[in-house]
Amino acid sequence: MAITGLFLISFLIVHCGLNATIFLNDGGVAFNEGAEFMGTNPIIRAMEIVLFAGLLLHIFDGLRLWLDNKKKRPVAYAVVDGSANSKWYSRSMGLLGTLLLLFLIIHLKHFWYFSRLTNDLTEAHTLYNEMQIVFESPIVVIIYVLGCISLGYHLLHGFQSAFQSLGWNHPKYSPTIKSIGAIYAVVISATFASMPIAFYFHLIH
Amino acid sequence: MTKIDAKIPDGNLAEKWTKFKSSVPLVNPSNKRNLEIIVIGSGLAGSSAAASLAELGYKVKVFCFQDSPRRAHSIAAQGGINASKNYQNDGDSVYRLFYDTIKGGDYRSREANVHRLAEVSGSIIDQCVAQGVPFAREYGGLLSNRSFGGTQVQRTFYAAGQTGQQLLLGAYSALQRQVGMGNVKLYTRHEMQDVVTIDGKARGIIARDSVSGALERHFGHAVLLCTGGYGNVFYLSTNAMGSNVTAAWKAHKKGAFFANPCYTQIHPTCIPVSGDHQSKLTLMSESLRNDGRIWVPKKENDTRKANEIPEDERDYYLERRYPAFGNLVPRDIASRAAKERCDAGFGVGSSKMAVYLDYAAAIIRYGKGEANKHNMYSPTDEEIQSMGKAVVKEKYGNLFDMYKQITGEDPYAVPMRIYPAVHYTMGGLWVDYNLMTTVPGLYALGEANFSDHGANRLGASALMQGLADGYFVIPYTIGAYLAAEIRTPSMSTDSEDFVKAEKAVRDRLETLMNIKGSKPVDYFHKRLGKIMWDECGMARSEKGLKASIKEIQALQKEFWSDVKIPGEIDNLNPELEKAGRVADFLELGELMCIDALDRDESCGGHFRLEYQTEDGEALRDDVKYAYVAAWEYEKQSIFKLHKEELKYENIKIAQRSYK
Amino acid sequence: MEGNLNLTLKIWRQKNTQTAGKFETYQVSGISTDMSFLEMIDVLNNRLIEEGDDPVAFDHDCREGICGMCSMYINGRPHGPNRGVTTCQLHMRSFKDGETITVEPWRASAFPVIKDLVVNRSAFDRIIAAGGFISVNTGNAQDANNLPINKDNADDAFAAAACIGCGACVAACKNASAMLFTSAKISQLALLPQGQIEAATRAQAMVAQMDEEGFGACSNTGACEAECPKGISIENIARMNREYFSATFSSK
Repeated sequence: MAITGLFLISFLIVHCGLNATIFLNDGGVAFNEGAEFMGTNPIIRAMEIVLFAGLLLHIFDGLRLWLDNKKKRPVAYAVVDGSANSKWYSRSMGLLGTLLLLFLIIHLKHFWYFSRLTNDLTEAHTLYNEMQIVFESPIVVIIYVLGCISLGYHLLHGFQSAFQSLGWNHPKYSPTIKSIGAIYAVVISATFASMPIAFYFHLIH
Repeated sequence: MTKIDAKIPDGNLAEKWTKFKSSVPLVNPSNKRNLEIIVIGSGLAGSSAAASLAELGYKVKVFCFQDSPRRAHSIAAQGGINASKNYQNDGDSVYRLFYDTIKGGDYRSREANVHRLAEVSGSIIDQCVAQGVPFAREYGGLLSNRSFGGTQVQRTFYAAGQTGQQLLLGAYSALQRQVGMGNVKLYTRHEMQDVVTIDGKARGIIARDSVSGALERHFGHAVLLCTGGYGNVFYLSTNAMGSNVTAAWKAHKKGAFFANPCYTQIHPTCIPVSGDHQSKLTLMSESLRNDGRIWVPKKENDTRKANEIPEDERDYYLERRYPAFGNLVPRDIASRAAKERCDAGFGVGSSKMAVYLDYAAAIIRYGKGEANKHNMYSPTDEEIQSMGKAVVKEKYGNLFDMYKQITGEDPYAVPMRIYPAVHYTMGGLWVDYNLMTTVPGLYALGEANFSDHGANRLGASALMQGLADGYFVIPYTIGAYLAAEIRTPSMSTDSEDFVKAEKAVRDRLETLMNIKGSKPVDYFHKRLGKIMWDECGMARSEKGLKASIKEIQALQKEFWSDVKIPGEIDNLNPELEKAGRVADFLELGELMCIDALDRDESCGGHFRLEYQTEDGEALRDDVKYAYVAAWEYEKQSIFKLHKEELKYENIKIAQRSYK
Repeated sequence: MEGNLNLTLKIWRQKNTQTAGKFETYQVSGISTDMSFLEMIDVLNNRLIEEGDDPVAFDHDCREGICGMCSMYINGRPHGPNRGVTTCQLHMRSFKDGETITVEPWRASAFPVIKDLVVNRSAFDRIIAAGGFISVNTGNAQDANNLPINKDNADDAFAAAACIGCGACVAACKNASAMLFTSAKISQLALLPQGQIEAATRAQAMVAQMDEEGFGACSNTGACEAECPKGISIENIARMNREYFSATFSSK
């Protein structure tokens, strides 16, 4: 989980950084250039396969773990005071991950399917234009914001957890890792969430 | 009649053990594989013996009543373990450790055994460190030592306040290693119910599987009882709830003599009783006396709070009575002095059965020391307090936390209240130099035997003895017996002796279950405990003991006619287990009183009111009582006394003085 | 009656491993705030005995917080509401008059219930037997001070060695993982020079045994550390992971 998780974390930086170019408010010029590059560069296209592999591995590994771990306590406790010893999102990685998976299907359908598997992407109808169209729907915006909140909590646990799993826990460095993780989780999820909101309220054009 | 022969090797005291080791018969490795040894109990003595014997190649079976060998009550020992390493260059030596132990034991222990203990003490530390026991260390990486009651050198090795835990886990690791290798077979949640003797030799045991209730027969060429002490005869003690005398008592009834049963150690620094509900007492390590000062108010029945009593109205009675050792006098002396003050009406707390153990002075002393270290020339009182508290926390933090947890009071702010409690029993199965009881092939190790501590044990010596017996004594001495057993094949447990022994056990359990009386086991245990504490505790008298013997006999009858045991015989049944143990305690209690009555003197943990000096110190009688009282069981309530004379050839017997 | 707490207890009762259990409700009154939790159960049990019922079976021994035998899951937490204490050191002053207290056994497939609140924790013994030791036979040791050990490492090793093997970590973990227990021993020995020689084989053997016993995987919620009565840190789990990975990569 940790290795695929860190891999996905690094992907999110690229994804988030590229998408954030929409805030240049240049009518999507920079963004479309980036999208064009990502869609055509052979190395990037090859990495896309690795990315999907990593994602699938993360998902299957997660589901397997979740199913496996459930079996380790066949009789459940009648009373569990979980909040006394841990954070709800740490205990809910499976749930958050499942929500993220559902969101991801919607998200891929919206943009990846559009840009890679249809011929609808033209110079007249760029990926940027597609975003403008998709985020007109308030329901979609709400789904995206909820998706980003799930992502934020998933990362809040996942970031530092990955380091712990890989054995990188040290009294001197762990507080820093935890802080970076928290900042990362908030920045990434807030940036992503602000995109549909910005489109919806026409804060960018 | 069995004759008492301690089998002490001839020769110069300092050479006895070395000579013995080089002349004791050996068992060759291929024969060891065919020799089976049963070890009962998995504390320091049991685990270390089982592991060491298995390493040698013997086939070993270990039994413990707990769910894991790691639970044995050695785990609760806090303070430390003595060894005459002389790492502190403060004049320690094997002889001094030997001398201190004999003196501390009030000249009632066997010279040869004690000297051997002192000789092997250093090897124990080496072995434990090699196993990964994390002893406290100095900044240079070398081992740290502290001082302890009854000595003037620093020879105690420790691991914070959890020395027993760390030593036991070390021995447990060694044991589990042998379990993993298949050399030891482990039987947890099994309680020994009887020793099986065939033609006068110990040949096995009957054990009860606590979970299924099934009785099992196990054969062994030798049986080692490493079952600890019998302090729970007092109901309230610092022992674990399950600590019991059953194994030793069954052995006693099968012919093993029981030695010095009346020698009981009452530990001076325990948390006082808070009410009738109390199920056990908690010890606060004796190491607290290193830095704490013990006092009571000078005024009788003083009802002021501790912090409101000014310095000049406090009576630091140990420092007053024993200026040379002060708060570090041996345990028996400290305990009796506390009782004396409380009985005289100077006790503190709501029960008035407690004295103060005060850290205020130590906090200031350490605080000033820290200020010096940090070049602070005029530290404020708060700075001194906070730095001093930090040092105390580092040294004793876990003990202070425990005190707070139990009493709800903060010991950093108010003095702790302490009172003596039953802690250790010096008496036990009589053993010879080889640790063998009067039943051939039946051994007793650790607290279960009587051998090394005389009438009083010094602090940090119990761990030393348990591990000495297990790691370094029994692996040699058992050869003396087993070398002659190599022609004895493994015996079938279907023989008549095993069948008969099992039937006797079953009958007894069924009898207990069928009494169906009206009172729970605890009711009888509490009553026995009260009799023992009042009349056979810190102070004993002829009149009280005679009355107690009658009372206990009556209580035995009442128990066997009115105890109520719920549940089933063939299921986990803690009440049935307890009943079996209390039935044995009821018989042991009687013997303790008989022994205490026989000993017309005061020595160590045995204080007879009739025998004291004018200023209340113990009055020993070395002419008449310099012997080990070894009791033979004849029949119910009838015990026969055998005397093993104690000869002191290397130490001049003297009145013990800590003044 | 010496106390003033009146409580409702919901306690798991189960005859043996094979039969199913259920909760029973009991009222106790006159409980002193100075009592320990186990002494409160003693009061209940003595009453049950007098009424001719089977008392509640529970594991306990030293009653001073060190043997690791007591093991009650109280109101949704192992060893009850206070941090850093075992059930035997939990006192009734931590409860309010009129409170309902639910008491369950540790629950994990690796810890089958034996009776009522008693569970079988022998899996822990087998994990230690798999490698939780330094292979040094009695008599093989050199002088103790021939091996100076960095004080910080010695202190850390001690902190890890403070584990009492009670199983609260498993009980608290949503995955019933035994990583904290296993890592405490691996860590203790890995921190000491004596333990280095077998560090790699130890980590692999103990982790393999832990998996075989049927404990869950670690998902780093930190519940074990929070509930550990001895404050064992999850840093030990990270250290175990390091030891395990390096052992796996370098093994032949």
